[in-house]
Amino acid sequence: MCHTFPALTSDRSSRICSLLYKHGSSMASNSSGSDSSDRQRIAQQRLSVIAGHLQRPVEGNSGILAAECKAQGDKLDVSSERRTVPRRRQEIMKWNGWGYSDSKFLYNKKGQAEFTGKRYRLSGMIIPGLREWMESTFGANLQHKTPAAPILNSSAVQPPTLNEAFLKELKSTGIPFSHDAEDRVFRSHGHCLHEIFALREGKIGRVPDLVVWPNCHNDVVKIVELACKHNVCLMPYGGGTSVSSALECPPEETRSIVSLDTSQMNRILWIDEKNLTAHVEAGIVGQDLERLLNESGYCTGHEPDSMEFSSLGGWVATRASGMKKNIYGNIEDLVVHIKMVTPQGVIEKSCQGPRMSTGPDVHHFIMGSEGTLGVVTEVTMKIRPMPEYQKYGSVVFPNFEMGVACLREVARQRCAPASIRLMDNEQFKFGHALKPQVSSIFTSFLDGLKKFYITKFKGFDPNRLCVATLLFEGDREKVLQHEKQVYDIAAKFGGLAAGEDNGQRGYMLTFVIAYLRVVLGFKYTLVLDICRNVKARIVRECKDKGVQFPPLSTCRVTQTYDAGACVYFYFAFNYRGLSDPVHVYEQVEHAAREEILANGGSLSHHHGVGKLRKEWMRETISSVGMGMLRSVKDYVDPNNIFGNRNLL
Amino acid sequence: TLNKISSSKFDTPSKRDDFEDILEERRNSSDLRYALKCYTPVLYKGLTPCKVSELKQMVLQSDQLGYVITQVSKEKGMTTDEVTGDAAAILEEMAQRLQLSTVRFFAFTLSKVFKTLFRSICVNEEGLQRLQQAIHNHPVVLLPSHRSYMDFLLMSYILYTYDLALPVIAAGMDFMGMKVVGEMLRMSGAFFIRRSFGGDKLYWAVFSEYVKIMLKNGYAPVEFFLEGTRSRTAKSLTPKLGLLNIVMDPFLKGEVFDISLVPVSISYERTLEEALYARELLGVPKPKESTSGLFKARKILSEDYGSIHVYFGQPVSVRSLAESRVNRSQFNLIPRHIPTRPSEEILSFVNDSAYRLVRAQEENMVLKPWVLLAFVLLQKQAAEDKQGTALDEFTEQAVWLRDLSRHYGLSVLTRSAITPEEELLNQAVVILSCVSYRNQALNVFIRPALLASAIHTAASNRKQEIYNGFSFLRNMFSNEFILCPGATVQDFEEACYLLVKTGALQINQQEVLITERGHRTLAFLTSVLDPFLQGYQVVCRFLCEEDCLTEKQFIPAVRKFIIKHLLTGRLRYIEVLSSDLQKNALAALIRLGAVQKIKGYVGFTHLRVPCWFDRLSGYPTLTPMPFKSVVAHL
Repeated sequence: MCHTFPALTSDRSSRICSLLYKHGSSMASNSSGSDSSDRQRIAQQRLSVIAGHLQRPVEGNSGILAAECKAQGDKLDVSSERRTVPRRRQEIMKWNGWGYSDSKFLYNKKGQAEFTGKRYRLSGMIIPGLREWMESTFGANLQHKTPAAPILNSSAVQPPTLNEAFLKELKSTGIPFSHDAEDRVFRSHGHCLHEIFALREGKIGRVPDLVVWPNCHNDVVKIVELACKHNVCLMPYGGGTSVSSALECPPEETRSIVSLDTSQMNRILWIDEKNLTAHVEAGIVGQDLERLLNESGYCTGHEPDSMEFSSLGGWVATRASGMKKNIYGNIEDLVVHIKMVTPQGVIEKSCQGPRMSTGPDVHHFIMGSEGTLGVVTEVTMKIRPMPEYQKYGSVVFPNFEMGVACLREVARQRCAPASIRLMDNEQFKFGHALKPQVSSIFTSFLDGLKKFYITKFKGFDPNRLCVATLLFEGDREKVLQHEKQVYDIAAKFGGLAAGEDNGQRGYMLTFVIAYLRVVLGFKYTLVLDICRNVKARIVRECKDKGVQFPPLSTCRVTQTYDAGACVYFYFAFNYRGLSDPVHVYEQVEHAAREEILANGGSLSHHHGVGKLRKEWMRETISSVGMGMLRSVKDYVDPNNIFGNRNLL
Repeated sequence: TLNKISSSKFDTPSKRDDFEDILEERRNSSDLRYALKCYTPVLYKGLTPCKVSELKQMVLQSDQLGYVITQVSKEKGMTTDEVTGDAAAILEEMAQRLQLSTVRFFAFTLSKVFKTLFRSICVNEEGLQRLQQAIHNHPVVLLPSHRSYMDFLLMSYILYTYDLALPVIAAGMDFMGMKVVGEMLRMSGAFFIRRSFGGDKLYWAVFSEYVKIMLKNGYAPVEFFLEGTRSRTAKSLTPKLGLLNIVMDPFLKGEVFDISLVPVSISYERTLEEALYARELLGVPKPKESTSGLFKARKILSEDYGSIHVYFGQPVSVRSLAESRVNRSQFNLIPRHIPTRPSEEILSFVNDSAYRLVRAQEENMVLKPWVLLAFVLLQKQAAEDKQGTALDEFTEQAVWLRDLSRHYGLSVLTRSAITPEEELLNQAVVILSCVSYRNQALNVFIRPALLASAIHTAASNRKQEIYNGFSFLRNMFSNEFILCPGATVQDFEEACYLLVKTGALQINQQEVLITERGHRTLAFLTSVLDPFLQGYQVVCRFLCEEDCLTEKQFIPAVRKFIIKHLLTGRLRYIEVLSSDLQKNALAALIRLGAVQKIKGYVGFTHLRVPCWFDRLSGYPTLTPMPFKSVVAHL
């Protein structure tokens, strides 16, 4: 008999904000003036003046309208100044690869590997071990490079199929749009290997015919209405970090395809410090969200590996998972309220209560819908005060089995730190190869000493040992206590503490590894067997498909749950001598996925299904399950306006 | 007849590997050294080495067994400790205790026994190489055909010989009755299972867990007989599924990447239990296995059981068998440690796989020609053809059957390991023994035979001319037969008398005439001398072609020469291979001065051989006798 209900009050800026208190509990909070609402108030006033100049149709809640408009210099809406993602993404990002244009791995004149740019801890450093590792692991060497097509050749892009009536009405709304080839190509792909490979070779298939940049929820409502009216296909686009072919334009689509880029909807609309929630526009990318919240002393704690580029709306649409989910939860735990625009209208709950017993949770139709039902425009998320103290750590285990057993025990005792990840031996070696050139003789001496201690004194086999990286967060005392508890458990499984630096490098690796490529994610319960079988299957498939050098086939356990864990598999191979490496890659990946399913893994832990994994949906959720999803789609979007054909 | 059936270029189907006789080396080198050789087999790459006792602990502590123990203790109202005790006792009764020293003991004694019992044990070495690869990559299950008690000892013996990992073998409990031997077998890798334990949950759990743990950990290849028991009739028995189900389980549940199933076909020319089986099938109960019984059975040591062919087939990957047949994700909905009855789908999959494997065993069996002859004989017998069959007809039927069966995919055996020379010598052995029977009566026929040959070659019927021929031959063969020196005339007279007496000849002053009914006698008598004539001819011819030989070189060289000519079909009589004949011929030529021994160094020159050869060649040794009729005389 515990239901929750919200008590509503209005705040000074006439916006509706919800206060929550749990029935019968003492956890009630109120909305008396906080710093942020003062700032908000001032901002709102200034914004409404500017809004008047813009003369845009006002409907519904004026507060929201005010917030969505341009407010240069406004304290809250800092994103327009320090916006990470400009409309023309190609200005700072690679058009045919991962991430920033200025950050990449290359061999310098001396033939040493180097990571360029200034953005990462590794940036500008020379990585002496990488080249040797590349050569010894899969026979990749300098003599065999495949140059990418340097710039986009606009003539290779098909001219847009435009729906003139739609375009005409769109123009009248004043929402920015473009049918420039570069803009369109940029939004035609995610980061699956085959997509990037095609771009590098200058092959361009079906791309969106038009890109629109709505500025706020209401813009989206208008665009969706127009699309329904003129039967135009809409494909929402957030951060573009998909690895499930979700952004690929269905080649059979004959209607005009409009890419709806949410990147300009990137404001935090309000922060409710009493209830610890923030209402945010869905186009905001992870790093901006965290930075802006940090300025107010808060965080969401949602840190997927792609957080530099991926957007809030994308997280919701794919059921994303963050590395620190042990403390903060996955996206489904973080989301309190969602607003989504569908062809049938706007869906949102009437309250911001933390839990409802009102039939199946409609949020769960939205989360994971992958842009097939509508566009997520605004989300209320839980926030937390920024942790007082953060500490990295790492533990070396004699072998992977011991490491897994330790993770299991940590999960059983429910004392997992914010993040705990276990890398297998291959990945440990890779991490080692990515170690930058050491600055002093002393550091290198220490490294040697450590290595000696672990391999000789403790008798760890360098070809079997594996490393767990840890991240603790919280107040200082608790963190230290927690740390001790985890290290004590690790010791029972033969683990040796291996220092903060190793841990930190492990996490940095997460962001940098994307520049080298290829990630798959899965969940499972039988860690050891699945890891062995899937890795073996990858190696065998590569061999069968004629890959000349043994592939890199490696995995890491990135999340622990009470009832299972999440494992990432990485694989890479040298495609020299293969006529169609992408096809080989796809075959191997396909085989690996079948192996995962056969071994009791799930189809996807957090990347979603997209088009890449569609074929396994029926077997994963049963025919009835498919029917349920189908009927939702048929009701919400009978004309398949959101026609990216993901999921079903 | 056998020769005819087996001699054909189709004998070794191309898909089959070649066989290598492992006993040959045993016959030529020390068994003791072999038994003590350095034994370092290739092991499974994922192996975590563990002792026999640790293995038992792993079984007793497994979640699977733990679950059943709790279940059983609830059902029977016992404490879990009691049930665990029962489980430990079952395991104790069952478990193997593989020990290298025992294996070495067996390697030594079996070498002795095998050499006495069998002519050869032929193994396809390529198959063993494949097996080695398979053992390295995945857990391996060996599935030999089962025709004899010998089977599993033989398997281990071969694997030891080739330095391959020794298997653990599922054996029937009845062996345990044999006190010492039972324990010995245990120490050579056998583990014992009850013949029936249908309802006993605990037994099944201990047993299946024990097998799975050994397999998964790559402790050793697991060996068992798909047919469950020895086939008494040499027909394959329908496969039993229990164990196959158990060994496939770790793959289906994703506990290992793959499992290799290796069908092994063991073909006996004659099983040790041959007579025993027949009696058993007729209702005479089989003797209980006992150690003393085994010693009584040692009389079999004095018999010849021919050869054994062991063919290690292509390893079959369970993964590929299950590919697109089994949806493995179904196993993930129930925790792995809870025993579940296999679904219909899985049962039919295991069943199909089992039949495929037994078929693979059958296909690689090596068949001897008598197998086909047995068809013909049995059908004749059933047709109440009591008079027996003419050899020609019999041969004709057998050859027809061979061709027919070849069209049906049968690959008859396997002279492939034997070179034509060896084959020829083998035949010659039989023929020379036969010759030694014939020779006992030769003295009766020799004089008439000399006369008959003389008549046969003489240009006319003139008595003088025939006498000259007789004298020449008598002179020629006086080292070969007992012909009293200087008694040429008496011998001629005697021969004439005897032939006239049997009505073969009529003799007057000047002429010798052959009577109508004498032809048969004369033909027979000429044939008596023919092999010798041919032998002497070939020796002469050999000497014509050779320049200078030492006495020591003579026999091997002339033998080689003769073999060559026999194989090309230019010589008819295999008995000319007899070194006795060759020596006599040489002695005769020396005596006649055609060949000269040179003093000073050992050797001889031969100046006048050609002329002797010419004279001898006057005697055509023809009427080529078809080989099969020689066999017929046997």
